[in-house]
Amino acid sequence: MNFETIIGIEVHAELSTKSKIWCGCSRTYGAETNTQTCPICLGHPGVLPKLNEEAVNLAIKAAMALNCEIATDTKFDRKNYFYPDTPKAYQISQFDKPIGSNGHVDVEVDGEMKRFRIERVHLEEDAGKMNHTGEKHSVVDFNRTGSPLIEIVSEADMRSPKDAVAYLERLKEVLSFAGVSDVKMEEGSLRCDCNISVRPFGQEKFGTKTELKNLNSFSNVLKALDFEETRHRKLLLSGGVMRQETLRYDEAAKKTILMRVKEGAADYRYFPEPDLVRLEIDEAWKERIRATIPEMPAARRERYMSQYGLSAYDAKALTSTREFSDFFEATTAAGAEPKAAANWLMGEVLGHLNKSNETVETMKLTPEALAELIRLIAEGTISSKIAKRVFTAMMEEGAEPKAYVEANGLAQISDENLLRGYILELFEAHPQMIEDFKNGKDRAKGFIIGQIMKQTKGMANPALLDGLFHEEIAKR
Amino acid sequence: MSLFDHGVAKLHTLLKEGEVTVTDLVKESFDRIEATDDKIGAFLTLNEDAFEQAKRMDELAKTSEDPLFGMPIGVKDNIVTKGMRTTCASTFLENFVPAHDATVVERLHDAGAVTIGKLNMDEFAMGSSNENSAFKPVRNPWDPTRVPGGSSGGSAASVAAGQVLFSLGSDTGGSIRQPAAYCGVVGMKPTYGLVSRFGLVAFASSLDQIGPLTRTVEDNAYLLNTIAGHCDMDSTSAEVEVPDYTAALNQDLTGMKFALPEEFMAEGVAPGVREQIEKAIETLKSLGATIETVSIPSVKYALSAYYLLASSEASSNLARFDGIRYGRRAEADTLDEVFTYSREQGFGDEVKRRIMLGTYALSSGYYDAFYKKAQQVRTLMKQDFAKVFEEYDAIVGPTAPTTAFKLGEQLDDPLTMYANDIMTIPVNLVGIPAISVPAGLSEGLPVGLQIIGNYFDESTLYRVAHAFEQANGGFKMPQL
Repeated sequence: MNFETIIGIEVHAELSTKSKIWCGCSRTYGAETNTQTCPICLGHPGVLPKLNEEAVNLAIKAAMALNCEIATDTKFDRKNYFYPDTPKAYQISQFDKPIGSNGHVDVEVDGEMKRFRIERVHLEEDAGKMNHTGEKHSVVDFNRTGSPLIEIVSEADMRSPKDAVAYLERLKEVLSFAGVSDVKMEEGSLRCDCNISVRPFGQEKFGTKTELKNLNSFSNVLKALDFEETRHRKLLLSGGVMRQETLRYDEAAKKTILMRVKEGAADYRYFPEPDLVRLEIDEAWKERIRATIPEMPAARRERYMSQYGLSAYDAKALTSTREFSDFFEATTAAGAEPKAAANWLMGEVLGHLNKSNETVETMKLTPEALAELIRLIAEGTISSKIAKRVFTAMMEEGAEPKAYVEANGLAQISDENLLRGYILELFEAHPQMIEDFKNGKDRAKGFIIGQIMKQTKGMANPALLDGLFHEEIAKR
Repeated sequence: MSLFDHGVAKLHTLLKEGEVTVTDLVKESFDRIEATDDKIGAFLTLNEDAFEQAKRMDELAKTSEDPLFGMPIGVKDNIVTKGMRTTCASTFLENFVPAHDATVVERLHDAGAVTIGKLNMDEFAMGSSNENSAFKPVRNPWDPTRVPGGSSGGSAASVAAGQVLFSLGSDTGGSIRQPAAYCGVVGMKPTYGLVSRFGLVAFASSLDQIGPLTRTVEDNAYLLNTIAGHCDMDSTSAEVEVPDYTAALNQDLTGMKFALPEEFMAEGVAPGVREQIEKAIETLKSLGATIETVSIPSVKYALSAYYLLASSEASSNLARFDGIRYGRRAEADTLDEVFTYSREQGFGDEVKRRIMLGTYALSSGYYDAFYKKAQQVRTLMKQDFAKVFEEYDAIVGPTAPTTAFKLGEQLDDPLTMYANDIMTIPVNLVGIPAISVPAGLSEGLPVGLQIIGNYFDESTLYRVAHAFEQANGGFKMPQL
């Protein structure tokens, strides 16, 4: 029997705001336990939430970047449940009026363009972190409590684990390029839960789904979904009945582990949050946010290929992050030839960053400086060999290429008369060489050029020198 | 003779002239509490630093500008006070010391008022008799065998007994006005959003308002002047210009039109109350007002809608009392047991009753029939009241259907107890302001006249209440 796999994904992404969504607490990752808290995020008696407008802006931006319709009249609701990581015993979320709805992303999977629809994008607050330290008790860290989150709920449009990963990669890319989240799975600023079910081809009714929680990397998403897909199929083939379960993926054992069996839907007793007023997002607000959304990576890749003539491979590498892509564009805008800029960025720059603790944002290199370096090479002012030395100084000291070349006497000798003079002098001194060269001994040319390089300490422009040599020898 | 007989304006003059010191005022409070609170039970916590504060303020008194400077105030114990125990009269918060001040407390301190202590109440403001305090009931200064009303029973009784010059209460369904009526003081429930709720331990967020309880209408206006106005920490706080409410006083009522809803004078209103209200209406007429009977049919649904909405919100608001971070924590083996036992031990019966009611009303499958329907009633009532205010300056009637009842009399009958609030609840549902002002005695017990106004029209309420108070004779101190 042939089966069809159905996958739907819920993604939580922390928004890149400075402070929390209802209070002024900062939210630096990795801060000491329970130091980024106040009576408001700890849910003390009498406190009230105060909406961080930047969180709304970023949520709108994310929803727009995911091609959602943006609600004009929206509100917050309380989702009630008891758990120690949720100090108010309710999460302020959005129930029936999410900020964004009916969105989609288009992704190419194995050469086929697919559209994965997004049901909704809503704004809510994060919970704290439970640490199960001992057998007798657990401790809670409330630093994360009240961090602004968006929840992105997909339609059940994915048909394979590969689809799922392609969707997630695109989501991550879009959120990162839009600048709404730093999408670091290892720090929990991007988290995903996957629902998977399997049904015989042609059957309309969905099979019973299982939910995979706390998947901490895309490779684990793939592995866990692959495992579940096989498990579902085997079970159905053997005549078994699937239970609605929540599972996690055990990396070491390479299999999914049952967390709990779901019995009916939990009742969260949603109702409108009375401590906050309705949120009206008018056209002017929407336009203001729309104007801040940068060109998305897929569009950039298209353009890099058509406008700059780069390969698909280069275009993909250059759009690996927003910062990298922006740097590339700034370099070309500063006058650098695109292919040369791409080569420098993907080669030397990435190589250097990989060896250091720096990032594109923190490194000393500027797009203008890189463009100048590329120009110095193209103009023949410096050789590619010297260029690497200049580049090292640029990365390490923030050197200005032109000034550095001058200060260190690194410019090539491109004075035609001077170089011609050297050649003629050597022809005078070693007439035999002219004869040798004409008799096909290439070594003679090597000797002459080598002598001049020696005299100029290697600074003679090799291309120019070569041309002049041929010009002069032709006259003999 | 008590110093507090003078009222804010006169005391302010005496302070500036050096005739009276802040220490004198604080001493007056503490002496009176010492002498009477065994009988009344109004205070749960006293401010141990009050005399220290008074001493520091004494030398500044002569140059003080703020009329509230040096005035002793009692604060209901559901309003958080930094460093001063705030219990909500609940076992759950018996030892809870807040880390911050409520906005109203901050504003009072800025004005120079001295907090004398924290006032007893029904647990988490749920009740109409103050018998739901986990620690002790409050007794009515007019007759200690009777209740002071609730939930701000301590706030009303302490003012009536002369323990403080004035106090703050909170009103979700009548919790300022009904005890003010039962104790013979002036109590104002401001427009929803006029006074910041930041620091008020929430009972029902969409209904709660903090307001002043005072001996006189004038003092009430002074106190509201200080606490009203936009607060950045409360998203439901209105951005409105706050007038000087004392400017509304000393005006006659010529040409004003008041509505008397027939639903407020229906059966169930005790004959003695009806008699005093009818007299009050005659007084208002004699002051130049016209009064017409109207009908507001939707108020008959108010009680049901209120108990669904208030309990729904309460079930969520009180969920944070889970035993994890502060307050009562039961010894238990599992997480669910920590939640269950902490709440079982920490909450009283009435609180549990309302949490269960609210949890039920919000449950999936019942939400539309209960919570949503109640919200629709609320919308309907807003429309009905808007119509009345198109034609009338204010609505008048009794604050409560009876005078203060005996302790224990209604304790086993929640529905009768809930019916005490039938005339006050519509005001909270609609979100408009209302004031209760003393309107004489019935069989030796105070009756309250309720005056209801349009949104942010507290000035009209003060104008009417003040004119009535002047004609009617004003505050009377019960014999204790």
